[in-house]
Amino acid sequence: MILSVAWRNIWRNKVRSTVVITAITLGICAGVFSTAFFKGMAEQRIKKVIETETSHIQIHHPDFRQSTDISSFIPDATHISGNIRQIPNVTGVSKRIVVFSMVASAETASGVKIVGVEPSDEMHVTNLSARIVDGAYFEGIRKNPVVIGKKLADKLKVKVRSKVVITLQDMEKNITAGAFRITGIYDTDNFAFDEVNIFIRYSDMARLLSFPENACHEMTIKVSDADFTREVQQSVKLLIPDLEVLNWTELSPEMKYLTEAMDIYMNIFIIIILLALLFGIINTMLMVVLERVKEIGMLMAIGMNKLRVFSMIVLETVFLSLTGGIIGVLSGGLISKYFETHAISLSMWREGYVELGYDPFVYTDLELSLMINTTLLVILTGIIASLYPAYKALRNDPAEALRTE
Amino acid sequence: MPVRQDWKVYRNVRTLNKSNKMSIIEINNLTKIYDGSEVEVIAVNGIDLSFDKGEFAAIVGPSGSGKTTFLNLLGGLDRPTSGEVIVDGVNIWNLKSRKLIDFRMNNIGFVFQSYNLIPVLTAKENVEFVMHLQGRPKAERYKRTRELMESVGLADRLNSRPAKLSGGQQQRVAVARALASKPKFILADEPTANLDSKSTENLLDIMENLNKDENITFIFSTHDARVVKKARRVITIEDGKVVWDEKR
Repeated sequence: MILSVAWRNIWRNKVRSTVVITAITLGICAGVFSTAFFKGMAEQRIKKVIETETSHIQIHHPDFRQSTDISSFIPDATHISGNIRQIPNVTGVSKRIVVFSMVASAETASGVKIVGVEPSDEMHVTNLSARIVDGAYFEGIRKNPVVIGKKLADKLKVKVRSKVVITLQDMEKNITAGAFRITGIYDTDNFAFDEVNIFIRYSDMARLLSFPENACHEMTIKVSDADFTREVQQSVKLLIPDLEVLNWTELSPEMKYLTEAMDIYMNIFIIIILLALLFGIINTMLMVVLERVKEIGMLMAIGMNKLRVFSMIVLETVFLSLTGGIIGVLSGGLISKYFETHAISLSMWREGYVELGYDPFVYTDLELSLMINTTLLVILTGIIASLYPAYKALRNDPAEALRTE
Repeated sequence: MPVRQDWKVYRNVRTLNKSNKMSIIEINNLTKIYDGSEVEVIAVNGIDLSFDKGEFAAIVGPSGSGKTTFLNLLGGLDRPTSGEVIVDGVNIWNLKSRKLIDFRMNNIGFVFQSYNLIPVLTAKENVEFVMHLQGRPKAERYKRTRELMESVGLADRLNSRPAKLSGGQQQRVAVARALASKPKFILADEPTANLDSKSTENLLDIMENLNKDENITFIFSTHDARVVKKARRVITIEDGKVVWDEKR
C-alpha cells in the first residue's frame, strides 16, 4: 500500500511533477542520444580503420614495423596464407609488399607508402575497391596500374589515366623507377590516409624490387566478426610463432584509446546531467515534504514508523525520477535507433571531420547496456536525491506537525 | 525501563475505581512545561486522572487551557516533562520511540479536528491503511473496512476520495479509521469544530452508538456544547489543571 501511496502522491501536484519529469526526460534523452551519437562516430572511425587500413589482424617480420627495411620480409607467404585460410572465421587473407618512397607527376612529387597487393585478395580484407570515386579498381589499364587517393591526386594534379613515376630502392639497394598509369582514384573520407597510400599490383612491385618469390612484408587477415579477432590471432600465433601477429587494437592503439576515452567522456556527460537533475529533484522533494508536514505528522501519529515514512519519501522520489528516466531512456533510445539507419549529416563541416579521419555522415550506435546503465543511474540519483528530504520528514515531531496549518 | 518489566510492575498495581471498574488509563501527576525563549509555559500542571473502559468523556476548557496538550500527552504524541500515563498497565512514556509508535498504532485511535485523511487514498483505503501497517491479512482488512464504513453510514462511499466527501463524511471516515486498529480508546481533538450542526449531530450519534453498543472508550476535547451535552463525563481544565470532573 505504501508503494501505491507513494505513486499517487507524485500526481497530487500534476503541474510540478510534470515539469520535473519533463526536465528529467529531456536530460536523459539528450544524454542517451549524445552517447549513441559519439559512440557511433567513434565506432565508424574504428570500422573505417579496420576496413580500409589495418583489417583485423596483420602479420609482419618482427623487425619490419620498427625498421621498415624491405629485407625484413615474410618468406613462403603463399604457404602461410593457405594455412591461415583454414582457420575458422577467417574470411580473407592478403599479402602485401610495403615500401616507403616517392611518387612524382609532371607537376610535383610526394612521399608515399606504396603497397603492392593482389587485387582479388585485397578486396576480401579491405573495402578500398568500394571507395573508388573515379576510374576503376585495377581495371581498364593492363600495364602498371596504380590506385591513388583523391587527396594525393589533387596534390599531384593528376586524374585517371595520368602517368606517375614511382621511384624506390630495390633489394640490391639500387634506385629504380617505374612508370604507372592511374586506373582508379579512391576517397576514404580520411585525408591523412588518402594523401599517403598508393596501391599497385603485387607482381609489379615484386618485379620493381627484385623481391623474393612468394614473400611479403605484411599479411592482412579479415575475420567474419570482430569478436573472433583474438581467437583467430591466437591460432595464427600458434601457426607462425616466429612472426609478429598483431590485432587492430595493437596496430592502432589510438583507436582503443579513442573508444575508452569516448566511454569515459560520455559517462562524465551523463553524470553531469544527472547531477544537475539531482538538485532539481532534491528541491522538488523538499517542497513536497514541507507542504505535507501535517500529513506526515498524522501518519506518524496513527502508527507509521520512521522506516516507513523514510521509505515512502524515497519511493516517491525514485518513482518521480524513474518515470522521467524511463521516458527519457526510451525516447533517447528510439531517436538513436532511428539514426542507426538514417545518417546524420555533418557535411557542413566535412573538411574538418575528414581531416581528422571521421566520417561526415554519422550513424548512431545504441547499446542496450547504455540504456540499462542509464536507468540504473537514474534510480541511484533518485535514491540519493531522496535522502535529505526523507531525513527532513523524519525530523517531524507528530504533535508539532499536527499543529501546523 | 524495558517494556516487559513495565507490564509486570503495572499489572499488579492496576487500580480499581469506586465503581469497581477496571481503569484502562491512569494519569499520575502529568506535567508539561514548554521552555520559551523568555517565559516558561506550564501547559499541563500535575494532572491525576483515570479513565474506565467504555467511558464517553469530554475534556472542556477555554482556548489555551491545555486540552490539546493533555490529549497529545495521553496519546503518546508529546513527551511530558514529568508524570506518567499508564495504558492498560504500560507506562507509555517509558517505551522507546519505536515501541511507542507501535503502541500507538495498536492501542490508540486518533480523530483530528481537520480530519487529516490521506488525500490520495479512497475512503476505504484510508480505513484499511492502519490495518495494513499492523500487518493484518487482506481478507480481514476487507471485511473490517466494510463493517466500519457501514457503521459510520458510508457504505456507499467506499471508493470516494476525501476531496469528494463533505466535512461530516470525512470525519466519519476518520472515526472508522480510528476504530480500524481495534484500539483500547479513541482520542478525538475537537472532532466537531469544523462541522455544521447536522453533521455534528450525525457524528455524535455514531460515536455514541459505537460507545454504547461496542463499549468503545471515547475521550474528546471540545468547545462544543452539543458534544458536552452528550458526554457522560465532563472534565474541565483551566490553566493546565483539572478544575472539575463530573460524571453523569
